[in-house]
Amino acid sequence: MRIRAILESDHLSGWAFASPAVFLIFVFGIVPVIWSALLSFQRTNLLSVPRWIGTANYQALASDPLFRQSVEHSLVYTALFVPLSVAGGLFTAIALNRRIRGVRFYRTAVFVPVILSTIATAIMFLWLLDPNFGLVNYLLSRVGLGPYGFFDSASGALYSIVGMTVWGWIGFDVIIYLAALQGIPPTLVEAAEIDGARTWGMFRNITLPLLGPATLFLVVWSSINALQLFDEVYFITKGGPGTATYVVVYYLFSLAFQQGVAGYAAAIAYVLLIAILSLTLVQLWVGKRLVYYAS
Amino acid sequence: MIIQPRASAPDAPGDAPGADLPRLPRRTARERDAAFLFSPWHLILIPIAIAMLIPMVWMLVTSLETLSQTRHFPPELLPHSVRAANYTDVLRQAPFARWFVNTMIVTVVTVAGNLLFCSLAGYAFARIKFFGREVVFILILATLMIPFQVVMIPTFLIVRDLGMINTLGALIVPNLAGAFGIFLLRQFFRTLPVELEEAARIDGASRLGVLFKIVLPLSGPVLATLAVITFLWTWNDFLWPLVTIYTPNNMTLQLGLTTFQGTHQTSTNLLMAANVMSMLPVLLLFFLAQRFFIRGIATTGLKG
Repeated sequence: MRIRAILESDHLSGWAFASPAVFLIFVFGIVPVIWSALLSFQRTNLLSVPRWIGTANYQALASDPLFRQSVEHSLVYTALFVPLSVAGGLFTAIALNRRIRGVRFYRTAVFVPVILSTIATAIMFLWLLDPNFGLVNYLLSRVGLGPYGFFDSASGALYSIVGMTVWGWIGFDVIIYLAALQGIPPTLVEAAEIDGARTWGMFRNITLPLLGPATLFLVVWSSINALQLFDEVYFITKGGPGTATYVVVYYLFSLAFQQGVAGYAAAIAYVLLIAILSLTLVQLWVGKRLVYYAS
Repeated sequence: MIIQPRASAPDAPGDAPGADLPRLPRRTARERDAAFLFSPWHLILIPIAIAMLIPMVWMLVTSLETLSQTRHFPPELLPHSVRAANYTDVLRQAPFARWFVNTMIVTVVTVAGNLLFCSLAGYAFARIKFFGREVVFILILATLMIPFQVVMIPTFLIVRDLGMINTLGALIVPNLAGAFGIFLLRQFFRTLPVELEEAARIDGASRLGVLFKIVLPLSGPVLATLAVITFLWTWNDFLWPLVTIYTPNNMTLQLGLTTFQGTHQTSTNLLMAANVMSMLPVLLLFFLAQRFFIRGIATTGLKG
């Protein structure tokens, strides 16, 4: 009787239900966070026995010119990608939020890139921006410009990656903004119309404030992603030309898995974690002051 | 990868799904007819649509050209001949079918695992009061804030110690359950009327019976959303396969594409044909289940 009671108790069934997922997340999500912290204080190449070296990895980071460059490139990329994709997404969503001919087609055209993989997108853009036979250089030549090297040029490679990733991501911002626009109560719009609000005034004083939460979400979320830029850099430029597109995660990857400096790479991972968390906190703190929450 | 749970609970049953394609503002019939035929917004939307579609159209055109046509300047926008053999050439020159099957296996098993394990755990966190529930749930939520790069190196070591490096298991096992899926399903399960479940319990149904016979049949849309998002993320994943797989036979499509690009850098027509083929399953799923894609993307903010 007692065994039966235990078997039927909620503690047992609760853990029985939760344990497969909890176990997986513990092993592959929680243990590695702690392990990574330990690694960042060690010297190891993933094969040798790790040696404890205190904060030496972090001290070395402070005077590593390539790390410094990677951080700069990541910040430049983020500072361009976030406003361009969020503002572009807002503009496109407002254009798409109306009943006109072909709007379903336009929406699909904007959404499709979101589901394509980074590699598939990169393959398309490598060809589109090809210095010799690319369509974009052809179009530029028609108006007397170019040819540009795009990914091949040290000055333009990072900006080309910005352009490509904005293309790939803008549909995501549009989806979020369209959902938020749907949530604007029609009564508010009508009241403003009765009060004589013009298009711009309506946008500035009604629409934009009500889109605040969506904007804050997109800024936080795009920043997190932008700081984790990797696939496109690995696939297209390998950090080059020279070191022009070295970004933090590419540097981390090449250290850990190509040069075998895993402890040092783990220190970079932790710096990235702290940078992302602090940036998010700052954005949420600023957002709290600026964003108007309706309910 | 980082997933931000959005503050609002996912769609409640019977409620209008907030993240679906938005309903359009209502207008009078005359306004509507006029705008339907022409609106100044067309002058903005047409260039946007062209900019979004050109890379894909250009890829499709190139995938049907001969090599010499691709090496032509100015580019041939409308090739006078079509070479569909590029597609069969790709299948002959690279283990493309193998990559496709590998990706399919990894994706299907990962989706199935997430649906099962996240349902079980999500239900436990939503409905069963057990020792340590709150602490464990908060810990799981906290992992959502950790960038993948932080756990990547130790996860590699763990997977290596389990003898799974360079096997499909390395791609499947660590991703069989995710914090996001648990959170999504828990939030949804909590919106279901608990009376139904209590009645079934009184009638003698087990917890498992309640979950599978009552709760999950009511959860179709949210399960579809989780399935579609997991599919998308697994299919498109690149960094983790890059770290764990190194022989061509075990590669996924994304990884295979990069090796194919490395060896066929100058055969642009073949590369584009390979790229088109790699996209087809995701595109097909997108057009079949656009609603769930849009909802999934809107609730999770998840891509790659």
